[in-house]
Amino acid sequence: MTEIFRSLAVVAGVLLGVLGLSAWLIWLERRLLALWQDRYGPNRVGPFGLLQVVADMIKIFFKQDWVPPFADRPVFVVAPAVGIVTGLAAFGVVPIAPGIQVADLNVGLLFFLAMSALAVYGVVLGGWASNSKYSLLGGIRAAAQMLSYEVFMGLSLMGVVLLAGSFSLREIVAAQTDRWFCLPQALGFAVFFIAGLAEAHRLPFDLPEAESELVAGYHSEYSGMKFGMFFVGEYIGITLISAMIVTLFFGGWLGPVLPPVAWFLIKTLIFICGFILLRAALPRPRYDQLMSLGWKVLFPLALLNLIVTGAVVLARGQ
Amino acid sequence: MFSLIRSAWIVLLHAFRPRETFQYPEQKAPLPPRYRGRIILSRDPDGRERCVACYLCSAVCPVDCIALQAAEDEDGRRYPAFFRINFSRCIFCGFCEEACPTCAIQLTPDYEMGEYVRQNLVYEKEDLLIDGPGKYPEYNFYRTAGLAIRGKDKGQGENEAPPVDVRSLMP
Repeated sequence: MTEIFRSLAVVAGVLLGVLGLSAWLIWLERRLLALWQDRYGPNRVGPFGLLQVVADMIKIFFKQDWVPPFADRPVFVVAPAVGIVTGLAAFGVVPIAPGIQVADLNVGLLFFLAMSALAVYGVVLGGWASNSKYSLLGGIRAAAQMLSYEVFMGLSLMGVVLLAGSFSLREIVAAQTDRWFCLPQALGFAVFFIAGLAEAHRLPFDLPEAESELVAGYHSEYSGMKFGMFFVGEYIGITLISAMIVTLFFGGWLGPVLPPVAWFLIKTLIFICGFILLRAALPRPRYDQLMSLGWKVLFPLALLNLIVTGAVVLARGQ
Repeated sequence: MFSLIRSAWIVLLHAFRPRETFQYPEQKAPLPPRYRGRIILSRDPDGRERCVACYLCSAVCPVDCIALQAAEDEDGRRYPAFFRINFSRCIFCGFCEEACPTCAIQLTPDYEMGEYVRQNLVYEKEDLLIDGPGKYPEYNFYRTAGLAIRGKDKGQGENEAPPVDVRSLMP
């Protein structure tokens, strides 16, 4: 009985924590971008503007929830939910601390990859169902970009799996007790980081939305809470990628003195700030540059990393 | 690749720079003295209206926000019977100030004139007139101009020669 109660508490805690953190990231991103552009950002609502998100939520709930008459209505309504649901489902396998994990799947890493592959559907269906040219262009870009980056995102993680000898995320973290995988898997980390940026379609690789050319791309026809869901879904994606980087390469909850949850949160926040820094600093590449970087540079690098890691593991095993 | 990391580093260093923002309601931006804000009508050093209702400001106004009606008092001085500026249209271009031959209409460095009711942005003459001479403390149109008004005939203005009867000017 207490076991069920405990797991329910973990589920509720992870769900609310991820949703709350992702919504709060909107404030964090705006403040950090402002800091790096010598501005202040939102600082009026509540202490340091922390309640800005609450004000935005109230506003967005009162907006007219409008579906354009030319849209494919059922798909149009379902698409934003897909993005959020897959992101939240993938968080189910992330080990936040020993014992704080919704489901310790023995194929947790594969589950994460599957969910991030499914997240493409939210964007693609949203772009398709909007039935307008910019949305469709955004959807096409999203499909091509996310599918091609999906390939070596998976491949770059196989080195970690080889070193840890397991697909379970909890065991991968436990295998990093002596040494974090970011050192022996530096190449894998770099490839995964870039692929994660593309997967979360964050700014240097935000071609699916590209405000300046596609007028917000796949969600240009969305308004009200559906747009809000796409927005929060994007921040869940950032949180998820940061959490996965921490879990796979930076020792998850491991760390001295502080409790494991604190270490996990601190490391994740550092990577989230890194994502925001990249947004503040880097320009968006052209579409063909993005694709050729993926297939001609990162894909061979991921393969090389896998082969070298395999050879080293094999040589050390004998 | 190197330039990407370098630009990220430069952006990160901006965290330690002072911020450019003026937090407006508490902290006001320093304005240049010739800033073009709310329009006023000034008076001459004797305390009488400078405006002679020549309609030049109204004619030059690109958004037609100035309306006025000329009148003449018993002294022979022209003045506007009403003078109305619709600040919801005004673009603060300052053309009216440049066009004004008597330095009556002037722009001030005051911009805090927000209203909740649009109609409140229509300023009448009593809202526009100030008590002082504004930017030109010495200038008095009727004292220097050659126009005859009560108490000052032709030729009695400052730096003005007495009138000449041209028919007596023989070679």
